[in-house]
Amino acid sequence: MAPTNKYLPRPKLVAFALVIVAIYAIMTIAGTWTPRLGLDLRGGTTVTLTAREIQDSGSQVPAPSATASTPAEGEGESESTPAPDQAKAEQNWTEAMEQAASIIQQRVDSLGVGEATVTVSGTNQIEIAVPNIADTDLVDLVGQTASLAFRVVYTYDLGAVLPTATPTPTEDGEETPEATPSATVSPGEASAASTESPEPPSATESTTPQAPASSAPGRLIPQLPTAPTTPRPTVAGETGDNSFETLLAWTPTDQDLSDFTNFMCGDSFPDVWDQPLIACGDKDEKTGAQYKYLLGPAILQGERITDATAGIPQGQLSWIVSMSFDALGQEQFSKATAYLATKTIPQNQFAIVLDSTVVSAPSVSEAITGGSAQISGTGINQNTAQTLARQLRYGALPLAFDVSSVDTVSASLGGEQLRAGLIAGVIGLILVLIYCVIYYRALSLIIFGSLAATAAITYGIIVLLGESIGFALNLPGVAGAILAIGVTADSFIVYFERIRDEVHDGFSLQHSIESGWNKAIGTILVADSVQLLSAVVLFFLAIGAVKGFAFTLLVTTLIDVFVVFFFTKPWMSILGRIEFFSSGHKWSGFDPEHLGVTVEQIRGARRASLSSKDLDESKEV
Amino acid sequence: MRDIRNPYSTAETDQSVEPVKKNGFIHRLYTSDFNIGFVDKRRTWYAISGVLLAACLLSIFVFRGLSWGIEFVGGAKFQVPASNITETTIGDYMEVVQGTGLEDLGTEITTTSEAIRIQVRELNSDEVDIVRAALAEKAGIQETDIAYQLIGPSWGEQITQKGIIAFFVFVGLVALLIALYFRDWKISVAALAALFHDLIITVGVYSIVGFAVTPATITGVLTILGYSLYDTVVVFDKVKENTKDIERQDFTYSQRAQLAGNQVFVRSINTTVVGVLPVLAILVAGMWWLGGEGPLPDLGLAMAAGMIAGAWSSPFVAIPLLCQLKELEPGMKAHRAALEHRRARARKDGAVVAPTADTSLVTVSIPTLAAATLSKPVVDTVAAGRPQPQRAPRSQRKKA
Repeated sequence: MAPTNKYLPRPKLVAFALVIVAIYAIMTIAGTWTPRLGLDLRGGTTVTLTAREIQDSGSQVPAPSATASTPAEGEGESESTPAPDQAKAEQNWTEAMEQAASIIQQRVDSLGVGEATVTVSGTNQIEIAVPNIADTDLVDLVGQTASLAFRVVYTYDLGAVLPTATPTPTEDGEETPEATPSATVSPGEASAASTESPEPPSATESTTPQAPASSAPGRLIPQLPTAPTTPRPTVAGETGDNSFETLLAWTPTDQDLSDFTNFMCGDSFPDVWDQPLIACGDKDEKTGAQYKYLLGPAILQGERITDATAGIPQGQLSWIVSMSFDALGQEQFSKATAYLATKTIPQNQFAIVLDSTVVSAPSVSEAITGGSAQISGTGINQNTAQTLARQLRYGALPLAFDVSSVDTVSASLGGEQLRAGLIAGVIGLILVLIYCVIYYRALSLIIFGSLAATAAITYGIIVLLGESIGFALNLPGVAGAILAIGVTADSFIVYFERIRDEVHDGFSLQHSIESGWNKAIGTILVADSVQLLSAVVLFFLAIGAVKGFAFTLLVTTLIDVFVVFFFTKPWMSILGRIEFFSSGHKWSGFDPEHLGVTVEQIRGARRASLSSKDLDESKEV
Repeated sequence: MRDIRNPYSTAETDQSVEPVKKNGFIHRLYTSDFNIGFVDKRRTWYAISGVLLAACLLSIFVFRGLSWGIEFVGGAKFQVPASNITETTIGDYMEVVQGTGLEDLGTEITTTSEAIRIQVRELNSDEVDIVRAALAEKAGIQETDIAYQLIGPSWGEQITQKGIIAFFVFVGLVALLIALYFRDWKISVAALAALFHDLIITVGVYSIVGFAVTPATITGVLTILGYSLYDTVVVFDKVKENTKDIERQDFTYSQRAQLAGNQVFVRSINTTVVGVLPVLAILVAGMWWLGGEGPLPDLGLAMAAGMIAGAWSSPFVAIPLLCQLKELEPGMKAHRAALEHRRARARKDGAVVAPTADTSLVTVSIPTLAAATLSKPVVDTVAAGRPQPQRAPRSQRKKA
């Protein structure tokens, strides 16, 4: 009666036990016993940034690709490429996203909050997760995503209505607003120049001039409208020649000058890299003075800066900011400084513009050719130097971003969510077990065991995934794991019903346990495949945190396949040989009535249950 | 292992074929003894589904609509933990929010047993600070204890787009799977009909209950598509098995399909129960402990509704629909006519009248099962599929 190649349950159970032991051994070695929890379960802030300029195709590189046919940013660009093909553009985009993510990571790390993760999600999103901080500072910091650029200063003026006090010239330099031209730039030390490191290849790939071609500042709420009385181009490359020399030698038009006169700080002005810009410095906190600048087009993009540090050089007393450039940046910077050095105040200054704000405007007294430069002066103190260095280093993202969503969860709410998730799991488990006990009687032991096994493996895998790939279990993830209770129990149900079918077909219980298994495998695999398919599709198309749901669903479904082969089935075979079950005891879950057959069938009398009456009815003709 | 050791093995009696007396639903569930006229009473099932669908569609498109969550419409939402919520709480907090001096906030305040939720328009981070500080002061707690969520204007558009893409990819894949798995467009049509049936009911229930649609909802709905497909595959698998070589069987396609539905019915119920129980736990925990906030209740409601709809639609909608499509085939018509003819002749011969096609299968329950299993060896023999003389089992022969 038993199949010829006999099914051996014990080796499978041993293999199963070994896998569990292995998982927990690795956990012991790694020293981690708890899963990494998502921010919604322990509190924290999640910020999602979306790169601007991307429509739906996911392959559009921002503006520069459109201007790639024109000589881009001066003659230095040796790679002035022909119209870039799709793949290239996509690659550029991906690299730009990764670069932006690493810059943002550095920025967040500089806050010292620890454990922040910045990940590129999808084609155009960057997700920042910071634990234990629910502060808008963070959003401001990462949200300050505009490109950093150096622009030539044409003139500047007070840009806001002053309150009462006016800055008196007699006051010492430290009172001067930091953005006023009190700083100077000078060549860096020779050593600094020599340390200039070659650009990593990935960076040179993306050195096509990046510019936030669209004009809107990266704010959720646009600034108050007004200012430019005449329309301005909002896309780079519209005015034809934007070679480096032309941009450097820029002089304002009458329109620029009149716009500048009318401009008040707070007005909006399109920030386009090859167009002039009217921008303001920060407001001086003591005097309330705020300067506005009329600036030429960008002569140097922020990503040309390879490093920037703040410090006090040996033997000196005041703070300086040192910066160094890559090869192209060095060339552009030396040309620009050579040009500026011939000018007089205020036109010998360049402005460091971040997010349409002038963060510093040092003056230039000599051409700087060494590839590194220092900014020093009365406006530069410890605080401003460090800020400026950080902005120079991290300020320039290759793309412009909008803050898409901010989600903060307090630690206490996180704890509550975790508790609710666990409670849901426990309730779900208990309900399923109760149902199984009622329906499957003693057989529910196998379901208990399967569920416990699935839980043990799932827990271990989630802990290990947290350790290895940083998978953080969030609330949707917990929900996905809870669903696994149903998936696991379902595999058993499929199997049991197949056994019932087989017994109906006249096989003995023991035979049915084996033959039913062969038929159940197909269904179980179909069920799990459908589930896997759902999970995979959902994972790739999921929105935000819901990804966690798809992920745990995926993992637990795979685990279910393993458990059903290496735990449920072997145990079923073993139980089938125990008399309590094989005899169809009333509480065994295999009692004849439950299976809808006779005792004889259970024990193996083939088709004995078909009474003559049944046969008569079935013989129609 | 051996039969001899089996205490029941000595029992000679054959009394257990006596029809079971306890025929309550629970008992039928336990013994897998169902005989539901999935095809015969299809008008009833269609009517029930029709009413449900109509109610859902009316709710979605005419009456309640769907309330879109903040993720889709943009805005800012603050959650203030609070325990002493009274009737005046909402008014108090409304004043606090208005007192911030920010314009056009469009404030909406709701309360649960443990939290006050304030939803306003999109804010920049300075405005977030202002509102949060005001709320913290009012509630007498730390600012950082106030959770908030801020959704930018482009976000909703993006995730709507993503959701639509996900939906079409999913339905496309599922349709492809069905087509590949069954290789029969009629089955695909019936399965897809069941799928959309489940989908509409899920969304309809969501609309009727009035939960806000969030990304978790979309995820739940898409997961439901998977469940629905699986459920239908199980049922149709059995239908396919039962209707193999139907033209050489003594039953119509509908009869065999209906039998299939009954055979897998208990499976369907059990699968649904163990699937729905954890989902209900998620829903309850989300409602009870988290006040209906966050992904748990959204996932829970969408999936519970979808799973139950899916369990209903596979036997009660997909099977009759499939049968109606199948019975239109000329081959099936001929088969039915042949059966009629044979039956008529049999009646003339005075033999036992077999059930007539399509209508009276309800009356044959266990016998049908037996017949089904009996006829199988005949069909499956190697004799080129021709019916072979059948020899009754020894036990029967003795009695005869």
